[in-house]
Amino acid sequence: MSIKGKAYIAGIYEHPTRLAKDISLAQIHAQCAKGALEDAGLTKDDVDGYFCAGDAPGLGPMSMVEYMGLKVRHVDSTDTGGSSYVLHVGHAAEAIASGKCKVALITLAGRPRAEGMATGTVPRSRGGTPTPDDPFEFPYGPTVVNMYANCAMRHMYEFGTTSEQLAWIKVAASHHAQYNPHALLKDVVTVEEVVNSPMISDPLHRLDCCVITDGGGAIVVVAPEIAAKLKRPKVKLLGSSEFIKTQMGGKVDLTYSGARFTGAAAFAEAGVKPSDMKYASIYDSFTITVLMQLEDLGFCEKGKGGAFVADGNLISGTGKLPFNTDGGGLCNNHPANRGGLTKVLEAVRQLRGEAHPKVQVKNCDLAIAHGTGGSLGLRHGSATVILERE
Amino acid sequence: MAETKERKLPPPAISEETQAYWDAAGKGKLLVRKCTSCGQAHHYPRTICPFCFSDKTEWVEASGKGTIYSYSVMRRAPVPYAIGYVTLAEGPRMLTNIVDCDFDALKCEQAVKLVFKPTDGGPPLPMFTPA
Repeated sequence: MSIKGKAYIAGIYEHPTRLAKDISLAQIHAQCAKGALEDAGLTKDDVDGYFCAGDAPGLGPMSMVEYMGLKVRHVDSTDTGGSSYVLHVGHAAEAIASGKCKVALITLAGRPRAEGMATGTVPRSRGGTPTPDDPFEFPYGPTVVNMYANCAMRHMYEFGTTSEQLAWIKVAASHHAQYNPHALLKDVVTVEEVVNSPMISDPLHRLDCCVITDGGGAIVVVAPEIAAKLKRPKVKLLGSSEFIKTQMGGKVDLTYSGARFTGAAAFAEAGVKPSDMKYASIYDSFTITVLMQLEDLGFCEKGKGGAFVADGNLISGTGKLPFNTDGGGLCNNHPANRGGLTKVLEAVRQLRGEAHPKVQVKNCDLAIAHGTGGSLGLRHGSATVILERE
Repeated sequence: MAETKERKLPPPAISEETQAYWDAAGKGKLLVRKCTSCGQAHHYPRTICPFCFSDKTEWVEASGKGTIYSYSVMRRAPVPYAIGYVTLAEGPRMLTNIVDCDFDALKCEQAVKLVFKPTDGGPPLPMFTPA
């Protein structure tokens, strides 16, 4: 069974806050849900499927289903970190295609800033029963940033990728963020500013890293017969795929991500190819994340990502592949340290023609949204969706 | 940047399955788990081989020789440290720290050798230093 044409994204919402000191986690989830349903022209009583991940308070989906007063017949709380919500779009389409629900709501929220979380530079603390990998990793001090840095270091060694090339990814994101009034970082930066920013974990500088923000977002995925009755532009799902990339029992290869598999599978299901994409939302926890995923998704040859992203090639209006035109996680928003949902949001805005006029891609009819969750250098979940404006 | 101060290392959370690995570490030995069915060594150690799913696996002592596959120097830490993967002579790549060295002189594919560093109340951790 394919999900091609079986489901549509009808509603989206991105919470405007970037620092949520005075609102609760459940409240942000619900505000995002309300925003996305209103965007779609639906009510919460229309929702019969609910999707969330580990950022939702409580056991799986249960507390939020109760808090929002939902009556759902299908739930899914698969957690692959920041890629979860891209994966949820695919799962929602599968559930809709098999008749398990008709209106699927996906929410994300978090308050890492308000809670003072040391997101990227301190090993995440253990909780509950240690994972089998824990004793062989945690004592050595893996953090989010230093494990992505391991990928960057090996990429530089094998392919000659440079810090200046990686910096172009941040530069492109900053060019887009200047037009987003909600973006945390709105200033355009230069390659020199990126490579001269403080080294956090070699070879990644401060400006190679994404922002840390509070907030959230929501997506409403609906069956074709529901989409047909709504007034919003129709964004159709053409393909989706997910993959878990691991250390493979010690056959560690940091030069590629799970996008190698999810890209190929999602493009095949959609019946389109990378060069058909008018716009790309690419997970940008760090600059290296973008570069590796672009290679793995097939936008350029493996090892040529540095040359591909350089010289403004990702900047809307000037480059060949406009990416993350909301400013992405690098400049705009990375709510709950999970950037997958906002990737889908900007892809939908582009397909609807509702991106900021300064970054809107002309005749944007095909787009990709791709997420990576967990740690690129340890183990991660990849998810890809291909979307089309109908 | 040379390593100056000692980091305080948390002890590993030892499970029943890997007690022998940590007992050996306490005696200055690095063990890898090898499958007698498919002949491949893996890391981290498991009872069931992650390659062929055979339960015929056994401990073998590693030579302690390896090369740096990749690494990063974590500058934003109270005591900066190098974390990376070392390719063991026996095959598997393991996450570890590169210690007792000039961090700025580290390179991928550099030869390294095994050392152990004490943890706070647990067995010592296998780490590597330039050979």
